[in-house]
Amino acid sequence: MSYVDYLVRRAIHSVPVIFGLSVLIFLISRVIPGDPVRLALGPEATDQQVAALRAEMGLDQPLPMQYVDWLVGVVQGDWGMSLRTNNNVFSDIVARLPATLELTVVTLFCAVLLAIPFGVVAGTNKDRWQDHLSRITALFGVSMPRFWVAIVLQIVFVVSLGLLPLSGRLSDGVAPPPAVTRLYLVDSLIAGQFGTFVDAATHLLLPTVALGLATLAQVMRLIRSDMIDEQRKDYVLAARAYGLPNTLIEYKYMLQNAFTSSLTVVGLAFGFLLGNAFLVEIVFAWPGMARYGVQAILYQDFNAIVGVTIVVGIGFVTANFVVDLLYGYLDPRVRLEEG
Amino acid sequence: MADPILEVKNLHVHFETHDGTAEVINGIDFTIERGETAALVGETGCGKSVTVKSIMGLLPSATIPEGEIRYKGEDVLSLSDAERHSRRGKEMSMIMQDPMTSLNPVLTVGEQMMDVLKWQGRPRLSLSKLVRDALSTGSKAEYRRRAIEMLGEVEISAPERVFESYPVELSGGMRQRVLIAIALLSEPDLLIADEPGTALDVTTEAKVLDLLDELVEERDTSVLYITHDLGVAREVSDRINVMYAGEIVEQAPTADLFANPQHPYTRGLLESIPTLSTGIGDGIEGHLPDYTDPPAGCRFADRCPHAEPACYDAYPYPRQTGPDHATACHLFSGTPARERHESLAAERVDIGTAPWLAGGDVAGGGDAPGDVSADGGTDQ
Repeated sequence: MSYVDYLVRRAIHSVPVIFGLSVLIFLISRVIPGDPVRLALGPEATDQQVAALRAEMGLDQPLPMQYVDWLVGVVQGDWGMSLRTNNNVFSDIVARLPATLELTVVTLFCAVLLAIPFGVVAGTNKDRWQDHLSRITALFGVSMPRFWVAIVLQIVFVVSLGLLPLSGRLSDGVAPPPAVTRLYLVDSLIAGQFGTFVDAATHLLLPTVALGLATLAQVMRLIRSDMIDEQRKDYVLAARAYGLPNTLIEYKYMLQNAFTSSLTVVGLAFGFLLGNAFLVEIVFAWPGMARYGVQAILYQDFNAIVGVTIVVGIGFVTANFVVDLLYGYLDPRVRLEEG
Repeated sequence: MADPILEVKNLHVHFETHDGTAEVINGIDFTIERGETAALVGETGCGKSVTVKSIMGLLPSATIPEGEIRYKGEDVLSLSDAERHSRRGKEMSMIMQDPMTSLNPVLTVGEQMMDVLKWQGRPRLSLSKLVRDALSTGSKAEYRRRAIEMLGEVEISAPERVFESYPVELSGGMRQRVLIAIALLSEPDLLIADEPGTALDVTTEAKVLDLLDELVEERDTSVLYITHDLGVAREVSDRINVMYAGEIVEQAPTADLFANPQHPYTRGLLESIPTLSTGIGDGIEGHLPDYTDPPAGCRFADRCPHAEPACYDAYPYPRQTGPDHATACHLFSGTPARERHESLAAERVDIGTAPWLAGGDVAGGGDAPGDVSADGGTDQ
């Protein structure tokens, strides 16, 4: 089976997942206690008014019909009004998503990029100081709550040392770069505004650390244990017997095998980052979608909650799709044996 | 004994375990002459693999409290890690035992062969070489040509296709050939073959062994052949070292060993070879001793049908029982094969002579393994 066949097959596999996801989100939106019509009209509305709005919103239809209507609306970008901002939820999210995406993607990228060498060094130096250091770091990274880490970072690097900006995506007075992707790092590079790029990057630094420490720790420990497993394999002994350099054996031969099993977790980690970003977004006043989602929950802003859930769900599915692609790319057995 | 390529002298290898020090290899001696194929025969767990890994320098967790390993006259144990690394693969290479697990599953055969050609003998990656290789397409084409040529030499019929294949796409016999090709890529002078073919079916194994035999014959490569199967050892080797529980119990030229097997363990192994007429042999009762608490005397005494109480106390140093035949058993008398045992020889342990020699006929053998050994004596 060629890699293209494998891609197509994987893409087809994600269709039922997305369908199931949409049904689930729809059902949740209908099961959540509280009558959206009553909520919208207030306690003084007459029964007639309620019935009229109910008909207008299509809530008197059978559930499957409601689902189809809802799905068509979602696909067309009609995600309903937000009770809190009085905007279309879709445009609200579109305005905030890039900030969250920038934060989570950069975080995931840095976490994985650092986790690989740390994990390899810890795994190949099992029970030596490198390994103990990684174990302590990992324990710290996993057990410290993200918002607490965020606050400590602010106290140390902003208040005490004055090295980094406190919050937001850009300093006051720095204009956002011309919107292309709305990811400031990318847009500023496209526009050639390096000053803006540096400013955006320094604003991103602390939120990234606060958000990514746990992911870094988790992936690092996984790579470590997978590297230890790989070390016992015959092909490693063989490669050493052929006189290959250790670095080559570790980073090419063993890592590619070890990383495939860590990949699944990386995919899940992206979903968790999207879901957990609000802790960090609130502390750093990051104008992202996750913070919007939390505020929606606090205000019982029904449409906004559903909207954010859809986006996080799609994020999960996409991340897992990407993981499958990488998985097939890194491990030929996956694509060769599935045919 | 003119020009040995490998001499192992009084090698001891210990491992630290939770139960104490495991004395896995307990003073072994053997030599391989240039161009010779020597076999190291013994059951699983007797220390064959530990011996070859010590020779290759692939046992970071072991300690070698005593002994010498001389490769081309040079004591490799005194070399630095980098110096040993530079000899690995280039001077001495190894054919791995299990073709199913000894190739990296995520890289193509070609990629793995080219890595060997590119990086062999280098203790670490060098950036300048990485860059140079990336820039020069000529050397890459040369590596590729060399790898495909080698695949052709191990009689793979479609070397280009195999070069592009991942290990999962190849059969076991094919993978074993690939392993042989990789081991021979750099024309090593000493080849260590760790039971190649045992993971294959019998007919494929026979073909692979024949092929290997031809290849080393052409190149005049010296081979240390590890196997648990005396039948295979008889096919491939010039000289056999029978190993039991970390000691070499008998060593002799192949023909001589089959004509006149002396050590009770060797005889037991011979009886275990299945034959068409008698079916699967009886095997040898019992298990290997505990390496953390080995017997002071003979390590085989527990399983030996001829053991006497004295065997448990007195170390059965290898003794010269023929011009080129040494056996480590109290049933035989002779001068010690190694000088270091001369003091032990002063006190003779008398447990009588081997019962199968009671008739006085040495070469013909008397009982059970007799017909096997007689065959072995004539067709070598």
